[in-house]
Amino acid sequence: MDCVLAPDNILHDTLLFRVIYEWVGQLLPCGLSYAVAGIAIMLLLVNGVLLGAGGFSWLERRLIGRFQNRVGPNRWGPFGALQPMADLFKLLFKEDLVPRGADRIVFTIVPVAMMAPVVLMMAVVPFAKDTALANLNVGVLYVLAVTSITSIAIFMAGWASDNRYALFGASRGVAVLISYEVPVVMSLLGVVLVAGSMALDDIVSAQTVPFLLVQPMAFFVFLAGTSAELNRTPFDLAEAESEIIAGYHIEYSGVKFALIQATEFGAVLTSSAVMVTLFLSGWSGPFSDYLGWAWFLLKIGVLAFIFSWVRATFPRLRIDQLLAFAWKFLLPLSIINLFATALEVYFLRNDAGMLTTNDLWLMAGINFGVAFACLLTFGTLIQDKVRPAKSLTAASLSSPEVG
Amino acid sequence: MLFQDIVFWILSVMAVGAALGVVLVPDLFRAALLLAVVFVAVAGFFILLSAEFLAVVQVLIYVGAIAILIIFAVMLTRDVKHGNLPNRLQIPAVVFATLLLATLVTVAVDTEWNFLPAEQQERVDLVQTGAVTTLTGDLLTESGVAVEDQPEVQKAGLADLLIGDFVLPFEAVSVLLLAALIGALALVRPSPGSRRG
Amino acid sequence: MSFEAFLIVSAILFCIGLYGSLARRNVLAVLMSIELMFNGVNVTLVAISKYLAPAALHDDISSVLTGQVFAVFIITVAAAEIALGLGIVFAMYRTNETVDLTEATELKH
Repeated sequence: MDCVLAPDNILHDTLLFRVIYEWVGQLLPCGLSYAVAGIAIMLLLVNGVLLGAGGFSWLERRLIGRFQNRVGPNRWGPFGALQPMADLFKLLFKEDLVPRGADRIVFTIVPVAMMAPVVLMMAVVPFAKDTALANLNVGVLYVLAVTSITSIAIFMAGWASDNRYALFGASRGVAVLISYEVPVVMSLLGVVLVAGSMALDDIVSAQTVPFLLVQPMAFFVFLAGTSAELNRTPFDLAEAESEIIAGYHIEYSGVKFALIQATEFGAVLTSSAVMVTLFLSGWSGPFSDYLGWAWFLLKIGVLAFIFSWVRATFPRLRIDQLLAFAWKFLLPLSIINLFATALEVYFLRNDAGMLTTNDLWLMAGINFGVAFACLLTFGTLIQDKVRPAKSLTAASLSSPEVG
Repeated sequence: MLFQDIVFWILSVMAVGAALGVVLVPDLFRAALLLAVVFVAVAGFFILLSAEFLAVVQVLIYVGAIAILIIFAVMLTRDVKHGNLPNRLQIPAVVFATLLLATLVTVAVDTEWNFLPAEQQERVDLVQTGAVTTLTGDLLTESGVAVEDQPEVQKAGLADLLIGDFVLPFEAVSVLLLAALIGALALVRPSPGSRRG
Repeated sequence: MSFEAFLIVSAILFCIGLYGSLARRNVLAVLMSIELMFNGVNVTLVAISKYLAPAALHDDISSVLTGQVFAVFIITVAAAEIALGLGIVFAMYRTNETVDLTEATELKH
């Protein structure tokens, strides 16, 4: 039996889906193979994200070990690479507790609700030439929309656990997510302006010069905003171990905890993947027709390293510093970036509304100047926030916080 | 089209069930979560109706902002467990809502709708999903949408409409948003003299 | 998945919202019901713009997008409404210590 996907089908442009569908269609009836192909894609996506999360958790623990002059996990497998499996087995055999007084249904949905956005985000990212699972023409907005589901999941976890610390963690987490959403969105507008499209495929092909160079300030804002949204260390107020123990996932154990942890590590990878696509020209590079996936993975690795580096380097911010950083530093930067980009695009584009490679290099030069000026100016302006408050005496500061 | 029918029915059951939950579940927090489910289902409807941009905006604004704000408010007002009580208008409200529903359904089923001709549907879909933003005159006449005196290129994107034909409402809405922002701030500001925040 | 099915589903959403906004005592429940009504209206608008031929179609292809533009405006207005509404809820909670609408009777006396 031959099954051919109709050209007006939503999934027709998804190459992987079509290949699986036509291949399975030789064995099964068409309706069934449609479902099989869908489930196969879903399994691929979920397992890809989970495996990546496992790998990244090992990488990060090794790296942070090196940063802190330790060895890190090195027992099972070469360089301890099977450590994530050991962690997984440990967590699988732990008792799966639901605290008394918890909202049982909501409590159980939380790990899934947290996992979903991370997996869904990966669906629009092109791994190599023509490989995005769904090439939406509103790709950038889709990524933003899907990430915003995370804040509901965090709220659910905080509320359903029936635990004060969890609720504190959740309100902190959501406050951070909401504040950092604004500069992140504004910074992406610059990218969309230069690329002239919101589809991630088009953005990749528009990057004859990587947008890291054309939009340095947007990249900085996006990097900072993303690591805040991911609750990574300089911004990890939502789960600050030394203050509120573990924040919103304090009551989770066993498989649910494993899923939440996997989500946190997987989210770093998917965010890196999105950043690679938006700023580091995605899968393109020498021989990208065949080696696109290798370039993509390499660039993700570099970004993941930067995330770990940042985590190992900076101490945690206070909540007021955190919010001030979003509203008084990142937001003005992203607005200036958007304004500058809009002016540049307006004056540089040709009659067809396109930008040539030379234009992009010119923009890169101007934007680097703007970025340095703005970072210096706003950095000095916000300096007061970073200094300890005057009421803190030297004595109270001399006892270092353990954590 | 069978696939889309199945999706439609799943989404309908999801939307109506969750909407009933929103008004009937006694726990306000769960009601707010169910509201988020309704929003997601409506986003699904938008995708079925080939309005991808609206679907994404729906998730971004309704799920990402409005549902979060409502949950925040539920948390801060702390009237949760016995929060969703009915008032004395219960029975009149049911009667009124049912009558209105009956009217609307009758209208929907009985009216002779002026449907798009099937041969134009495809072209309209392309415009609505944003797959094309410009149509040349040839394509238009071929699909039967345009007439002879049309210019050769037409712009047909949401953005073109928003800052073209609808620029006045667009500006009015932005002023409205600003006013709402200031109004909300003014409302929740602690009144001068009282020390409670 | 016919046009009428979309209309009926959105009518059901609207009427559930109507019932909720009339028969609930908690301000937040009423606000949520109003959001339900907004969503019902949005589905109707987008369905109409997909299935029906506007009178202006022969002059202007972009008129097939009018329903979507209306939906965009409704979403924006809903966002403004919820921001203001919640501001009012907080102000009410601060003065009355409750969000029960039946107890908000200050203006009567």
